[in-house]
Amino acid sequence: MSDIVVIGAGQAGASLVARLRNLGHTGAISLIGEEPVLPYQRPPLSKKYLLGEMELERLYLRPRSFYEENGIALLTSYTAVSIDRSGKQVVVDDRQISYDQLAICTGSIPRHLPQAIGGGLAGVHVVRTLADVDAMAPGFTQGRRVLIVGGGYIGLEAAAVAALGGMHVTLVEMSGRILQRVACPETSEYFRKLHQGHGVDIREQCGLQHLTGDDKTRVTGAVLTDGTELPADMVIVGIGVTPATELAAQAGLEIQNGIKTDARGRTSDPSIWAAGDCASFPYRGERIRLESVGNAIDQAEIVAEDMLGAGTDYVAKPWFWSDQYDCKLQIAGLNAGYTHVVTRRVGEAVSFWYYAGDKLLAVDAMNDPRAYMIGKRLIETGKSPDPSEVADAGADLKPLLRA
Amino acid sequence: MAKITYVEHSGTQHEVEVASGLTVMEGARDNNVPGIEADCGGACACSTCHVYIDPAWVEKVPAKDAMEEDMLDFAYEPDPVRSRLTCQIKVTDALDGLVVQLPEKQI
Repeated sequence: MSDIVVIGAGQAGASLVARLRNLGHTGAISLIGEEPVLPYQRPPLSKKYLLGEMELERLYLRPRSFYEENGIALLTSYTAVSIDRSGKQVVVDDRQISYDQLAICTGSIPRHLPQAIGGGLAGVHVVRTLADVDAMAPGFTQGRRVLIVGGGYIGLEAAAVAALGGMHVTLVEMSGRILQRVACPETSEYFRKLHQGHGVDIREQCGLQHLTGDDKTRVTGAVLTDGTELPADMVIVGIGVTPATELAAQAGLEIQNGIKTDARGRTSDPSIWAAGDCASFPYRGERIRLESVGNAIDQAEIVAEDMLGAGTDYVAKPWFWSDQYDCKLQIAGLNAGYTHVVTRRVGEAVSFWYYAGDKLLAVDAMNDPRAYMIGKRLIETGKSPDPSEVADAGADLKPLLRA
Repeated sequence: MAKITYVEHSGTQHEVEVASGLTVMEGARDNNVPGIEADCGGACACSTCHVYIDPAWVEKVPAKDAMEEDMLDFAYEPDPVRSRLTCQIKVTDALDGLVVQLPEKQI
């Protein structure tokens, strides 16, 4: 039995080692993570955990006993420094760990504001790790002023938590509209209204020029690109992530918008696989990278199976969710290349269906789990309903699944 | 605290103590009970923590809301009366003795 090492103890790494044991692998398994805690769920960090509605213990993906009982060496607070591919060893701080097979699940790294415009000031936060969120959470108190830079899902979720906590929230988005990179104008409008209804000051087509600081140590405010000066007690930066490819690149693995893998998660080295946010993979004739829990789990499980020789190709079924105030957004599919959007409204529930010509690509469903689930199944099976049926609030869409 | 019995599709039983305040899903996760995947971690955003409540317990478990009901409709072989998403059931002393059966698979 081979010795398997997994670098990165996030969702992908944790799912991968669990799957290996579940499939009956009896060789050694080491899981190496930089953070000082058990592998945990990241999505609640910008939602229930930040709201104070979910305690730390509930974030853990598995209890410590799981790793002990399954003979998984969990090395938390350890950093993989380099990979010696010819010697098949991972250099981890002060030691080397030998592998027969290696998986890289290093995730992604949040973009920071440049130091030159105040990115290094105290009170400026990113949202990625438990430590990031623990650092900002004490500042979430009523009446304080928070500036959120970036109108993507992370920024909007943080804005919702701040607004619910009675903070004064301003959100700036450099592009024409919030969610521009990931959603249609209809979805942007829905969330703009939702946030404005909770008192969030959303400023689109407005970037950050620079932050101002008290003695250049702690943030006190911001100057926006339209010249506005705003006071701020804290700043949250949600301007996207980059795949954590440094270790793989140093080891000479092929990088192409992430660590380049084939459909089974294999990198350019036959003994090394990659999964999760850090990996790019073939999808419908293109190469994509997904930043989502669903992808981290599914791709990691494909890698585990392939490592043990029973590989199947990964067919990604993209899905995502976001919680803001009382709205649950569920997204099925990928909307890239859509030509038009069909709206379905049933009572308070709204969903936007993205089409490229006659082909259904994706669904954004707001408080409409039926639309989400039906859309997801239709997309996965390559079916595209007639837009007039989708738009008909009186029509039950479920029969479409059997069509 | 409640004693909960999770019955795998194969018939294997797991009888565990779950603290009040956790969910029935978290009770399975924290005691390494296989068969409840809970991909979304308990956000009611997927349907992979689906179980069938033992008929004797159906009435004693707090009712499901509309969102859970809609999600369940698309779980694997749902039962209109017995199916539940375990991430939506909070454990209380009143659930001491609860028995749930796991489906053949989660989708």
